[in-house]
Amino acid sequence: MGILDKHSIIEKNATLLLILSFLVVTIGGLVEIVPLFYLDNTIEKVEGMRPYSPLELAGRNIYVREGCYVCHSQMIRPLRDEVERYGHYSLAAESMYDHPFQWGSKRTGPDLARVGGRYSDAWHVAHLTHPQDVVPVSVMPSYKFLKETKLDPNMIVEMMRANQVVGVPYTDEDMANAVADFKAQADPDADWDGLLSRYPKAQTRNFDGQPELTEMDALIAYLQMLGTLVDFSTFQPAASR
Amino acid sequence: MARKPVKKKAPVKSTGHSWDGIEELDTPMPRWWVWTFYLTIIWGIGYLIAMPAIPLVHGATPGLLGKSSRADVAAEIAAVKAKNAPLDEKINGMELSKIASDPEVGAYAINGGHAVFQTFCIQCHGSGAEGNKGFPNLLDDDWLWGGTIDDIYTTVKHGIRSEDDDDTRLSDMPVFGDDYLSDEEIASAAQFVLSLSNRQTDPALAEAGAVVFEDNCAACHGEDAKGGREVGAPNLTDNIWLYGGDLATITETITNSRHGVMPAWSVDGKLSEAQIRQVAVYVHELGGGE
Repeated sequence: MGILDKHSIIEKNATLLLILSFLVVTIGGLVEIVPLFYLDNTIEKVEGMRPYSPLELAGRNIYVREGCYVCHSQMIRPLRDEVERYGHYSLAAESMYDHPFQWGSKRTGPDLARVGGRYSDAWHVAHLTHPQDVVPVSVMPSYKFLKETKLDPNMIVEMMRANQVVGVPYTDEDMANAVADFKAQADPDADWDGLLSRYPKAQTRNFDGQPELTEMDALIAYLQMLGTLVDFSTFQPAASR
Repeated sequence: MARKPVKKKAPVKSTGHSWDGIEELDTPMPRWWVWTFYLTIIWGIGYLIAMPAIPLVHGATPGLLGKSSRADVAAEIAAVKAKNAPLDEKINGMELSKIASDPEVGAYAINGGHAVFQTFCIQCHGSGAEGNKGFPNLLDDDWLWGGTIDDIYTTVKHGIRSEDDDDTRLSDMPVFGDDYLSDEEIASAAQFVLSLSNRQTDPALAEAGAVVFEDNCAACHGEDAKGGREVGAPNLTDNIWLYGGDLATITETITNSRHGVMPAWSVDGKLSEAQIRQVAVYVHELGGGE
């Protein structure tokens, strides 16, 4: 039986089996992973993307901390029902500053990739405080403690530095203004010009209606910008992708 | 008692392993299994050729079938749009008030509006349009910004206090707790507001509140407190409350003010013109339309 009989050599030699298995897994892994770093459609440049503002980043960390991704995806697939319900399908570039990305793998709740601007801040506060007040059939737990947890601006520089390390291009100017931007975004009396020049399209207002800066402010600032950065009236998708 | 060695079946080869008289046989895989295995390999090769698969320098090989999920979804949406285009065009070119009763597009508009409502509106206004605290009931005839079909259309299209739309409906109730009114004045005004819907009040306070009301509230809510739709000021005499009509809530409303926000659904292509018209017709038909 020729070559098939030679297989018994591998079966009888544990070290050889291990080495060859490793080789096969390595090749398979490389073929699947390496192209993602250079193929045009995975590194597609899209206008409008920018790193998260300090407050949005803090909100994103709360989103991750509370495990929102367990029930909510942030990945609109190119299927008609999803596009009609949630908006334009997600592009790889829209997650380029996400470390880690929040695509998720299960939807107990709806997709949130483009939740920005769909509801009012008051709705988000009511919903996060007690979801059943606005959606009676919801199984989402209450996050009312977010309203009561004040945010410490001192951690934001470290948070941004951690993102810098993994490749988010925060500039020296961004870092120098981090704490000021962090406090300004949810402060209705602040001057937002600098913040908006560094982080265009950032949502600026008091999100939770309370004078203090709370985790609720940060999370809503993040939710209200989700999926709003890319202008899809001018974006032309390459159909071949 | 010593065991007898197991008798091996005649045609099966031995691997040569034997221990205590027990031998390992080299029984081949069943034929159906082997052939299924070979078929999956052939299928895999065929798939590589037919579908986008092998990564090259800039992109993967496109595959003979030219499959592209982006192109597929674009084509599917375009096909549905093209199918509805004559109806949508007719809706877009019509006077809003005539859509619902039109024999050709009336049912289409109301059903389409229902679908839009179920997808985009129920989170705030409730699945039956019954509303919620802070989010108006759309079934009754109590409207903040007007209940004609044109009013509803404008509200859906431009939103209320939306930051994304310059044509949004805008009004700004003062935060009376900030310097405008003293705690006593607020308390008396709240008593007066209670009296407007014929509820039990402290008569002395309510009388004082009438003066406060006339000086501070009547400009928007009207001398008769029946509201002003051009500024979205609610009618305070009908005992229908958006945030609550008990004394504590009324006091809170006067003190901190209320600024309800509705998104502008025409911005960023959230809803198409035809969808906005459809949902306006649907809401108008719910019962409270004027």
